[in-house]
Amino acid sequence: MLEIRNLVVDIDDKRILNGLNLTVNKGEVAAIMGPNGSGKSTLSYVISGKEDYTVVDGEILLDGENILELDPAERAALGVFLAFQYPLEIPGVGTMTFLKAVMNAQRKARGEAELTTPDLMRRVREAAEELSINQEMLKRPLNFGFSGGEKKRMEILQMALLEPKLCILDETDSGLDIDALKIVADGVNALRSPDRSFLVITHYQRLLDYIVPDTVHVMANGRIVRTGGKELALELEANGYADYRQQAAE
Amino acid sequence: MGADVKPLRTAAEAALIARFQAAANSLPGDSATGRRRTEAFDRFEKTGLPTRRIEEFHYTDLRALLRDAPEPAARPDAAVAATVLAHNAAFPAPLAIPSLDFVNGYLVSQPPAIAGVDIVALDAALAAGDALTGRIGALELAQDNPMLALNTAFMAEGAIVRVSKEAGDAGLQLRFANAADAPFSSAPRVLVIVDDGASLDLIETHAGASGLAYQVNAVVEIIAGDGARVNHTRINAEGDAAQAVSTLSVSLGADVRFSSFGLTTGPAMSRHQIFLGCAGEGADITIGGATMLRGRQFADTTLTLDHAVPNCNSRELFKTVLDDESTGVFQGKIIVRQHAQKTDGRMMSAALLLAENATMNNKPELEIFADDVQCAHGATCGQLDDDLLFYLMARGLPRKQAEALMVEAFLGEPLEFVAREDVRDNLVALVEGWLAARG
Ligand SMILES: Nc1ncnc2c1ncn2[C@@H]1O[C@H](COP(=O)(O)OP(=O)(O)OP(=O)(O)O)[C@@H](O)[C@H]1O
Ligand SMILES: [Mg+2]
Repeated sequence: MLEIRNLVVDIDDKRILNGLNLTVNKGEVAAIMGPNGSGKSTLSYVISGKEDYTVVDGEILLDGENILELDPAERAALGVFLAFQYPLEIPGVGTMTFLKAVMNAQRKARGEAELTTPDLMRRVREAAEELSINQEMLKRPLNFGFSGGEKKRMEILQMALLEPKLCILDETDSGLDIDALKIVADGVNALRSPDRSFLVITHYQRLLDYIVPDTVHVMANGRIVRTGGKELALELEANGYADYRQQAAE
Repeated sequence: MGADVKPLRTAAEAALIARFQAAANSLPGDSATGRRRTEAFDRFEKTGLPTRRIEEFHYTDLRALLRDAPEPAARPDAAVAATVLAHNAAFPAPLAIPSLDFVNGYLVSQPPAIAGVDIVALDAALAAGDALTGRIGALELAQDNPMLALNTAFMAEGAIVRVSKEAGDAGLQLRFANAADAPFSSAPRVLVIVDDGASLDLIETHAGASGLAYQVNAVVEIIAGDGARVNHTRINAEGDAAQAVSTLSVSLGADVRFSSFGLTTGPAMSRHQIFLGCAGEGADITIGGATMLRGRQFADTTLTLDHAVPNCNSRELFKTVLDDESTGVFQGKIIVRQHAQKTDGRMMSAALLLAENATMNNKPELEIFADDVQCAHGATCGQLDDDLLFYLMARGLPRKQAEALMVEAFLGEPLEFVAREDVRDNLVALVEGWLAARG
């Protein structure tokens, strides 16, 4: 599904990703953990196509196709979805208006017919219910005045509605209370399927109790420095990142 | 001649002077009206077409912009008028509201029959010495404006509308359409009197043929009596080569609820000046604007709001979107007189620049002479937020569509000032049409 080869990325002449290699197979849930500033969010932005970065070297293949030349909308149409660490507020755009626009834009890009308003409303309402998002929130401008946890749930709602191939979750657990964490994890687990891959960025083992990963990667100084099974998360929880900081610096 | 220094006249000014001298005796009205015309023209002649040296025209040098003063068009016959109106509708979806129609500045329709609403043609009212003509140009605040004075000097085509309480919630459209074989000028004038306790939705639309360099100097005056309610919406969708100067002069009695919203998008050059005076306490005022410019368009909105009495609220919100090499101007002055205590006035102008070579000039001002007031003003000028653009694109919206959504969101707030859904839907359609044309 996703294959990243020797990815080197700069921002303003500062190296952030430094020869990163990563493979996520079809249907796999891969977790990425790593110290603050190691480049996790940067990686998620570069996969999604944000412009501020200079890709110096390497490639990102989605189902074998290099997506580096595509803009974010084209990547989204191919099935890339990023649940943002800090979702943005859009004053003046109603949540429903927004959802209709994005769902139909992707359908159009894939050559599918646009959804009728009743069909759209029904889908949104059902998905919102699953995530305990109340209808009142859907009437407000997108993310406007939402709490941190509500914004995260809204990200997962969009993910559920857009049915992406590759879901990147950047610290979706931060800012969630324990109940919300379970709701969000259930929402994510419901989307797990043999055709869909996940890249779950988190600082906390706790999320991985609910969304059990197939693989865990440790990222430090802009590259993946260790890969293991879900037990690696427990080890990190116990020992911290001291070893890896050392290793990456060598 | 003495030692008077005569300013050099431009071709346009010379033409206007000659035209006034030639026409003065044939313009409608009695000798008192004639004196008013002469006074008004003298006032105009003193400054000529306004230049940057006049503070209110600092960004809009009409002397340089209006290089000639084309002759008025001939009065169109009924068939021509109907065609021009049919081809120059400002609104995509026609409104089911009676209308007064103007073509190339001439009143071409019979006044619609609306219960409780009296409408007379301006030239007829002037010729007959109708008492209501005495209420034309009453707002002191606008007195010195040279373009208003110029309109007063030549006034003939237009209407006087009087809405009584018996009309209930009345609605009236003023539809101005322009198209001719050659450039022309027009100076229509409409006076709308809304009696004490009466209510009116007034929708004023201006549209015209593209590629035609016509000039408009239009005036709409609104006098609202105590307890009246007026919702005014104005669309400037003049042709792309037009130069359109317009004045909205508003006098409000006590406890009036007044709102005015203006959408400007069409002409090469526009200057919309709003003068609003509160003569009675307790008025509630909302003035909004949305301006969308592209190419080399230039649009100026200049607002002067005079809180002369206590206890009035006003909200002003203007949004301007500028693409390509367009230029926008917003000047807003709120005056709060010494005894106008408890005035609550808030004015905001925000601009969104879609291109590097677009320019916005914002000049909001407060002149406060009272001490117990709440007033604020602000002006912003920004670009589309890159992070937000990325967010929307990462959800699958192509760049242009993502930008369009952000522009619509930006313009949305002042559009909410428009209470009528049929009008607001048309405004949204105009915004969407403008965005779609960005490609
Ligand atoms: N726009 C920018 N300009 C300069 N440096 C940046 C910019 N964005 C990120 N960086 C730097 O890149 C490095 C990686 O940042 P990134 O946000 O990817 O880390 P992270 O692993 O997601 O951290 P956290 O765990 O705190 O979320 C940091 O040192 C950060 O300061
Ligand atoms: Mg991060």
